[in-house]
Amino acid sequence: MANAANQQDTSFNVNTPERLLKDNERGCTERIKRLRRISHATQPHIDMERAKIETEVYKQYEGSVSIPVLRAMVLKEYFSKKTLYLGDDELIVGEKGKDPQCSPTFPELCCHTIEDMHIMNDRKLVNFTVTQEDLELQEKVIIPYWKDRAVREHLLKAMTQEWRDCYEVGMFTEFMEQRGPGHTAGGKNFYIKGYLDYKAEIEEAIQNLDYFNDPDAYDKEQELRAMAIDCDAVCILGQRYHDLALEMAAKCEDPQRKAELEQIAANCAVVPAHKPETYWQALQMYWFTHLGVTLELNPWDAFTPGRLDQHLIPFYEKDIAAGTLDDTRALELLECLWVKLFNSPAPVKVGVTLKESGTYVDFANINSGGLKEDGSDGVNAVSYLILDCMEDMRQNQPNSNVQISKKTPEKFLRRACEIARQGWGQPAFYNTDELIQELLLAGKSIVDARNSGCSGCVETGAWGTEAYILTGYLNIPKCLELALYDGYDPMFKKQIGPHTGKAEDFKSYDELWTAFKTQLEHIIDVKMRGNLVIEKIYAEMMPAPFLSICTDDCIKKGKDYNAGGARYNTSYIQGVGIGTISDCLSAIKYNVFDEKKFTMAELIAAMNDDFKGHEIIHNLVKNKTPKYGNDDDYADSIMQTVFNEYKDYITGRPNIRGGQYHVDMLPTTCHVYFGDVMIASPNGRLAHMPLSEGISPEKGADINGPTAVIKSCSKMDHCSTGGTLLNQKFTPSALAGEEGIANLAALIRSYFAMDGHHVQFNVIDRETLIDAQKRPDEYKELIVRVAGYSDYFRNLDSKLQGEIIERTEQSFGGCGCC
Amino acid sequence: METPLVFNIQKYSIHDGDGIRTTIFFKGCPLRCQWCHNPESQRFEKELILHRHKCTACGMCVKKCPNGANEIADGKLVFHRDRCTACGRCIDWCMTETREIAGKEYTVDELLKEAKKDLPFYEQSGGGVTLSGGEVMAVHDMDFVAELCRRLKREGISVFIDTSGFAPYEHFERVLPYVDAFLYDIKSIDPDEHRADVGVDNTLILANLIRLARDGAKLYLRLPIVEGKNDETEHIVQLMDFLRENHIEPFRINLLPYHDIGKGKYAGLDRPYDEESMRVPPKERMEELKTMFEAHGFHNIKIGG
Repeated sequence: MANAANQQDTSFNVNTPERLLKDNERGCTERIKRLRRISHATQPHIDMERAKIETEVYKQYEGSVSIPVLRAMVLKEYFSKKTLYLGDDELIVGEKGKDPQCSPTFPELCCHTIEDMHIMNDRKLVNFTVTQEDLELQEKVIIPYWKDRAVREHLLKAMTQEWRDCYEVGMFTEFMEQRGPGHTAGGKNFYIKGYLDYKAEIEEAIQNLDYFNDPDAYDKEQELRAMAIDCDAVCILGQRYHDLALEMAAKCEDPQRKAELEQIAANCAVVPAHKPETYWQALQMYWFTHLGVTLELNPWDAFTPGRLDQHLIPFYEKDIAAGTLDDTRALELLECLWVKLFNSPAPVKVGVTLKESGTYVDFANINSGGLKEDGSDGVNAVSYLILDCMEDMRQNQPNSNVQISKKTPEKFLRRACEIARQGWGQPAFYNTDELIQELLLAGKSIVDARNSGCSGCVETGAWGTEAYILTGYLNIPKCLELALYDGYDPMFKKQIGPHTGKAEDFKSYDELWTAFKTQLEHIIDVKMRGNLVIEKIYAEMMPAPFLSICTDDCIKKGKDYNAGGARYNTSYIQGVGIGTISDCLSAIKYNVFDEKKFTMAELIAAMNDDFKGHEIIHNLVKNKTPKYGNDDDYADSIMQTVFNEYKDYITGRPNIRGGQYHVDMLPTTCHVYFGDVMIASPNGRLAHMPLSEGISPEKGADINGPTAVIKSCSKMDHCSTGGTLLNQKFTPSALAGEEGIANLAALIRSYFAMDGHHVQFNVIDRETLIDAQKRPDEYKELIVRVAGYSDYFRNLDSKLQGEIIERTEQSFGGCGCC
Repeated sequence: METPLVFNIQKYSIHDGDGIRTTIFFKGCPLRCQWCHNPESQRFEKELILHRHKCTACGMCVKKCPNGANEIADGKLVFHRDRCTACGRCIDWCMTETREIAGKEYTVDELLKEAKKDLPFYEQSGGGVTLSGGEVMAVHDMDFVAELCRRLKREGISVFIDTSGFAPYEHFERVLPYVDAFLYDIKSIDPDEHRADVGVDNTLILANLIRLARDGAKLYLRLPIVEGKNDETEHIVQLMDFLRENHIEPFRINLLPYHDIGKGKYAGLDRPYDEESMRVPPKERMEELKTMFEAHGFHNIKIGG
């Protein structure tokens, strides 16, 4: 009917400059407001203390002890000597460096050049302060020692010319050239054991080594000895904080703070050496463990406290019953952990990796909800507190998200939707039932599968039992670019792939498909050959004994996390640009071969000219072609074929850690970089413009609303991946009122009923974003969802800002007017 | 008989009934509401909508039109609507998305297929399909509509019908067994005002409403509120009296404030739009009307769809 429509209530949308200003005052107590203010106001800076101590240890001991022991000695020496920080108001103690917002360096992995140091200091966005003293130390001490020793050097030297060519033109990226293997999360162990308990286990394992029958017994002993040293290392850190807190308490004149310091000291007398006894100690235990994992090496995605609500609930219930904890205190302590995570910016990167991921976010990811290991609903009182904390703190770090299973109560889902509707990108929603299917398919036990979660952006893992290592992004649309130019890269003017024929000579879509398939398989092979060498280099040169303590079954096997010690060992290659590639192939199939609207030669000519002067073809491929994201089987079936080819060619191939390769479909921000290295593509995308992100449709291609997008995305077999990423942007009006929440919840449940893996929302109108681009100072606190994480809009470069603005905005009413 | 035309299938429709719905808009309406924001819904025939502001006068449509409906004069497009048969041949070749055809034939099977695409969403949200218009109850081929309703119902899909009520009651009787609820419009209780604003008498509309209520139909009343046209307190009070006297107990009443978003479409169809006489009712007035209904014992009053 032709009716008049309503004016929507959008008062919940708080992304106005006035409201954002108030974000400086977030937190459930005055204490948290003060701590948060310091955390957010402090300029991130480089911290050289770790590198300095490490270099001293290496100079003294390298060659005289085994590699695992040497690695452990570095951590022990750092924790014995590092400058301690215990700030006013703090209840959870410990920093990665000397003070908040420190980013220690890891020259053993990648040694920054002096030029790198200048770049990180001078960059306009996401910069890190470097002092003159830092520069001198780097130049005189660090560089001379590490420049040829760093893993990055070994690794790049070990790669073939073919690999280097592909890498340089942006066919793929390599995760391990700057950061250690990670993407992992803790299980429940360190909430029920202390590091002295671990040490006893380790010593027992050493006793049980069978030197008569096990040829690896000596290697195992070295690894286990290293783990034992790391247990000492973290206990020393705890002891030092105990002493410091007591010392400060003795001098403190404020009776309340004095009591707090005494309690901090008491906590540090228990953890990390012994298992935590209280809710507070459990959080402190996690934080010490986090410091151990993220200072031993710089693993990707930092570390994650596992299923925090599951782990905390026994402590919470016990303390509440004893009257020693109430909800305000429980929330305040959670918020202290949030501050700690925000205090820890990502390690500073260089080169291409810097380009592909310009962010302070270190991807520590907290999942709430989901299932318990017995299969019953996992939502508890702490789950709701975590949602309150998330809403209260409104921080892009940690990346806090919810797991939704079919058993999750509607109340929890709707509370999460309420927060998502506020428009700053958190929480994202993960599908527990689908995660479990993924893990079962990849060979995990049902209990380990239920103890799982998503870390980083959307990467599924069995938490505490799996080393699931992402190895890099692969540029799928650029494989088509190679196929259209006979293996030649038209952007970099270089033969990159095999000769598969000139596009103009393809007589049918099948011939084109064969060429594309050949290029794709070739690139995957080049990437994988490199991966296997890199895995070996890490296994031998860069063991991670501390992370190995926390990951079952490294102690039992006497093997390192990086060498196959975990119960499960998976490697991933992340496919990027599925939306773009589907639309490109659809554009060719539909226009060139089915409808014969123009020839391949005409299309190639148009691409060469970036569609300038070829407006008719541009219009046809851009606006008159079936596109992925509209629940249209023509385009969606192409997506399925490409996805299956990519997945089948990778899945099941062996890695060197005794596990297998699988695929993820997520980009972080790499779709921007991958687009930048490409000429115009057959779907009308212009040269250098970003590719589609995650499994979302190409920007502007989806014109039938969110249900059609979700239907298209569901045609991918998510269960055979280790994670997919779907972004949806809504206008505030589309989610207004109780009904808006109910519909959003139903949309999520529907996607998850169809085995969708993950969905996240940006709820913000286009005008606001455009305004924020023009007046960044007035939108300092504006956080948007980027890929599997959120970031401050002002910290994104203009290309990525534009990309987020252009993502299709879903705003639908009954008659196209509401 | 003529197959009814559909001018839009709206997915994720969240303001036309419960939950997440797909709304199928049928083309053609016997009413001519002055505030109608979907003028392309009014005529029963296909027609071409021209988004003139997008046109760059490139001339592609001139080449593609078999009837000479387009010409370029002084660097501008001149469109001869009288020559246009809405064949759509120009659409694919228009470079700037200036052109759009309103009205497309579908079979019942095809509509069913489209409607079933979003089944998972209906199931999770308590949604379904809404048939709207134009005026779906006034299409020439009621067999088509009744068959569509019957088959939707058989698929377990909830069916809502959005109607002005201006159609023979026999049409309603044919779909009653399959329809879960009617979104029923009342434009004005006053016959003179109704004739002046809408172009037809409201006797049939009110009589049908009474009969639907007696036949046990679930009713969502929808009242467009246009300042300067139908928002006088006196008429609202009369309407409430009418509902009570006739024992009509709507499940919900939606008060829909007028807006002028459809204005541009009139130009695209070369039709006049009388914007002078209509105004958007202030928020306070809408709240006042809502309170008025509540004071008279009506529940579940909502401003907006």
